[in-house]
Amino acid sequence: MTPQTGTSRADVCVVACAEAFRGDGEILAAGIGGAITVLAARLARLTFEPDLLTSDGVCLLTGDVPALGEAPGVVEGWLPFREHLWLVLNGRRHVMLGAGQIDRYGNTNISCIGDWARPKAQLLGVRGAPGNTRCDPTSYWIPRHSTRTFVPRVDMVSGIGTDRGAYELRRVVTDLAVLDFGTADGSMRLVSVHPGVSVADVVAATGFELGGVSGQVPTTRMPTGEESRVLDRLDPGRLRDGEVAA
Amino acid sequence: MGKVMTAEQVAATVQSGMTVGVGGWGSRRKPMALVEALVRAPARELTIVSYGGPDVGLLCAAGKVRRVVAPFVTLDSIPLEPHFRRARQAGEIEFTEYDEGMFMFGLLAAAHRLPFLPTRAGLGSDVPRVNPGLRTVRSPYEDGEELLAVPALTLDVALVHLNRADSRGNAQYLGPDPYFDDLFAKAAGRCYVSCERVVDTADLRKEGPVQSLLISRSMVAGVVEAPGGAGFTSCEPDYGRDEAAQRRYVEQAR
Repeated sequence: MTPQTGTSRADVCVVACAEAFRGDGEILAAGIGGAITVLAARLARLTFEPDLLTSDGVCLLTGDVPALGEAPGVVEGWLPFREHLWLVLNGRRHVMLGAGQIDRYGNTNISCIGDWARPKAQLLGVRGAPGNTRCDPTSYWIPRHSTRTFVPRVDMVSGIGTDRGAYELRRVVTDLAVLDFGTADGSMRLVSVHPGVSVADVVAATGFELGGVSGQVPTTRMPTGEESRVLDRLDPGRLRDGEVAA
Repeated sequence: MGKVMTAEQVAATVQSGMTVGVGGWGSRRKPMALVEALVRAPARELTIVSYGGPDVGLLCAAGKVRRVVAPFVTLDSIPLEPHFRRARQAGEIEFTEYDEGMFMFGLLAAAHRLPFLPTRAGLGSDVPRVNPGLRTVRSPYEDGEELLAVPALTLDVALVHLNRADSRGNAQYLGPDPYFDDLFAKAAGRCYVSCERVVDTADLRKEGPVQSLLISRSMVAGVVEAPGGAGFTSCEPDYGRDEAAQRRYVEQAR
């Protein structure tokens, strides 16, 4: 199955990320890391998960759901960083994070590459990833699925995996596939491949053994007509396409 | 009474080996005028405590820093801070790397004069591995949960930049987020406030609501009037981030 006319790989990725928020109810859907995750939270709220809270990306909880880069017309709350850090500990929040490295149990690294004591490449630092993953449902959006990112062992555990006490790792969405940790030992398995992607593509881009690759693997669903219309309103300039290489 | 001084006078109070907290967040409302004065002052071997941005970068580039205590160092719209990266990769500085929530609890502990505060944030991650001095504490109640004991981030000096202040040190933020500037002030032995404009005390309420009066004069040792004192970082609503100047900063670091 190839994407139908007018539907891009990025559209499929946004919908797959939005699906992570299904069933979350009246909690903050926090998207960190560009157009796709922000669109996912807003799309979920405007379609199948209307009670979600979403933010303007700075510190306002929006009463309406504006397009990317637009100011909200209605503000329903205030969420400065101190409130955000409280919310992380409280847990009424599901965040979609990014990762420079991720292993088969969902341990992730955004801190540095190489030996921490003297890194080959200093990245951001752990930021809020340790607390996010210990206290809140967490998902990941990884725009480039490759063996550079999907590694046997991460250099600095920033976000914790299922083997280190993660609260709940819901799903990992990449430019190729949807993955989760629904195996007996909490290791990563393939849930679906995006239209036009083969299981072999995903296996080749993953630097560790992946569950769920034998037998029939489903294809990630396409956006519905309504979802496509909402996406076009939220992102008329298609910034989302710039985030996905394929 | 009046505590108005110059950025140079503030920087001269900082001695080598001190722990200096810097307010703001990333590339937002950083006290860059005070930081730049500190770059020109003789103090060295500083421990810098910050939700880090170009403040950390400039001080690292100037060779002022022995240790950085931070959950991140970033320029927000440009994710990676070039001077901090270089200093880390060259092995020039020590690094206490905390989770964002741990860092807040360290400031809260210091502000409340507590030795530590317990949290779940950081447990299971490599933060304890790279901070071998961190200890855990067990809840004395029925739950018996083991928690990370974040030690107080007590500061010798805090530097913050706000929108308005009076000459006695009552300081006001007018933007959307106070960040943690009040906690930095309360965690410090001495806090210095720079501001866009010094106003009469009676005029503070004309500038913004009472809730915008973030820092009390009882916490403040000195006030510096520094228009544009957040440098290229944002200082809303007085000005947004100067993205072109920030890009030049990054290019010049190469």
